[in-house]
Amino acid sequence: MNGTRYNYGTAMRAAFEYLLENYPEVFVIGQGLWSPWYVGNSMTDLDKKFGAHRVIDTPVSESACTGAAVGAALAGMKPIVVHPRMDFMLYAMDAVVNQAAKWSHMVGGQAAPGLTIRTIINRGGEQGAQHSQALHAWFAHVPGLRVVTPATVADARDLLIASVLCPDPVIFIDDRWLYDLEDDLPPVIECSLASERPKCLRTGADLTIVASGFSTRLAMQAAEQLQQQGVSAEVIDLRVLNPFYPDTIIASVTKTGRLLVVDGGWSPCGMAGEVIACVVERVALDALMKSPARVTLPFSPAPTSRVLEKAYYPTSAVVVSQSLKLMDKVC
Amino acid sequence: MNDWTLGHLADPAQYQQAIDVAGQDVATLLTQLQMMLRIRLAERCLAEGRRDGLIGGPVHLGVGQEAVAVGVAAELRKTDRVFGAHRSHSHVLSMGSSLHRLFAEILGKDTGLSRGMGGSMHLWDQPNGFYGSVPIVSGTVPLAVGAALAAKMQGGGDVGVSYLGDGAAEEGVVHESLNLARMLKAPAIFVVENNLFASHMHISLRQPKEATARFAAANDIPYEIVDGNDVVKVRAAASRLIDRARAGHGPGFLEAITYRWYGHVDWREDIDVGVNRSAEEVEAWRKRDPVARLAAGLQALGLIAADHLEAMEAKIADEVAEAWALAQSDAYPPLSALTSRVFAVAGVAQ
Repeated sequence: MNGTRYNYGTAMRAAFEYLLENYPEVFVIGQGLWSPWYVGNSMTDLDKKFGAHRVIDTPVSESACTGAAVGAALAGMKPIVVHPRMDFMLYAMDAVVNQAAKWSHMVGGQAAPGLTIRTIINRGGEQGAQHSQALHAWFAHVPGLRVVTPATVADARDLLIASVLCPDPVIFIDDRWLYDLEDDLPPVIECSLASERPKCLRTGADLTIVASGFSTRLAMQAAEQLQQQGVSAEVIDLRVLNPFYPDTIIASVTKTGRLLVVDGGWSPCGMAGEVIACVVERVALDALMKSPARVTLPFSPAPTSRVLEKAYYPTSAVVVSQSLKLMDKVC
Repeated sequence: MNDWTLGHLADPAQYQQAIDVAGQDVATLLTQLQMMLRIRLAERCLAEGRRDGLIGGPVHLGVGQEAVAVGVAAELRKTDRVFGAHRSHSHVLSMGSSLHRLFAEILGKDTGLSRGMGGSMHLWDQPNGFYGSVPIVSGTVPLAVGAALAAKMQGGGDVGVSYLGDGAAEEGVVHESLNLARMLKAPAIFVVENNLFASHMHISLRQPKEATARFAAANDIPYEIVDGNDVVKVRAAASRLIDRARAGHGPGFLEAITYRWYGHVDWREDIDVGVNRSAEEVEAWRKRDPVARLAAGLQALGLIAADHLEAMEAKIADEVAEAWALAQSDAYPPLSALTSRVFAVAGVAQ
């Protein structure tokens, strides 16, 4: 494919650049925006190019900054809030859940805060319980929030642009474990976030693996390894968790008869459970050859000690072994 | 005042005299008197409607506090961005909203300000400059800062206004918002209606000092503390702060000392459930009435005759009754509104 070479981080930077160049109502606000320490290579020198008044590094005030972005959005701007670590964003939950998510409904659809909250999953490295969380399922539980989890370089750029141009509040969740992904991208073509659906990244006949964000990367690696063992896995990347459109998944499971969901969050009331529920509610009773299964985190906060941490996060090997179980093959 | 006590400003026995209106524009004062009466009679109507079971949800009434919103609104324009809280009937009406649409909203009707989706606690009238009110205490304070920041970016000289109470000053996000507004030089005007109570609790049981303006001082924001039952004083202070903000000099903080005659919610006085709230105190504050004091000030200078005042009140009472009757006859929202307004663009989950 011809195009410009990006990695996941520089693809987001390209999105910021595109938005700041083409939309004067776009501004970015959050902590660490003038420092690569917080946002990696995803925002390098944007403040220098577009000015510190449009790329605003802020006081340590997640709650006020998020609320301010809601207010600015209601006043006609297209703000992007950046929370360099999702754990700290919990200070902003009133602005997110009570205000942004409910505004359109509460005022009868006469106004909506079209802000984007970019929040980063930044885990590993023995950082422990408060520097590791992936709370996408929380946000997907709330009516009124669009939740976006890009797993590819193309989505890191194009879904960020679509999120910011969307008139609804969007939680855009990127994952530092994806920043080294590389791809060639064509020039930007704007798309409507409301039209985006789960995407089949790899076709297969034996089993459907559904994932999002970093878990999609695991699923793709696992599918490669499964291929070598004679198992043909179809991989579906969720991309947008709320609103959730299960049609692609239902069609795939109807074809393969087997479903494995890989999710970087916890199991109870989580995204994997939601996917499985949607499928078993809608596929024909005799379409499933095996009970669906899920790979998630242990139901505990992230540990620090390296031995525990290694056991905590699922790997592609775990996805392979769970897939083989679904195929009644011993691993 | 430098010890952050309110002193005589919080003493209902003080400031009972007629408001000094000498040198003020008479037509403006009459308009303000009319607006305060409209708010008061509207809220009395709501109190009765709630008591009689015609209103299904809670109403937080601000009778006794009318001068604050009316004084501030006199300095605002439709392109400003005003945010309220749970007790915001006065805030929205002072911006020129329709009585009928306010009543319809509180009755859950499709013709309401928020198309029947908000009720008393979620009011919206953005075309008139009222961006919204919500009942989460302090919830809209950062929103007003952001709308003010947007105004600064958009360059029209507009301001954001955040109405909050003394109770909200106990919420963390208020302090973040003050600091952020100051650091970004956002034209945000924080208007604290300090009515000495948060729900049932007197301020002396919640804060070590009564004047919330100390938080403005701590954040290097200019502030004014005024008798909130004097519309002339409120307006003058608002004018100084708002002019400064419009000129690009950053946020301002107005603390208006006032009192609500009704209890925290609905039509009762809450003498029984209030802590440090007595019938005597409520009675004393009734004598510091912002409406009667303005009327007395006008009468003292012969600017309004007694029969003119009566006629004005009767006319507003008719308007209120008419709006209330009309709102009651309006239709409820269609059932499709349950899910059709969640997102601004179509795309609800299948």
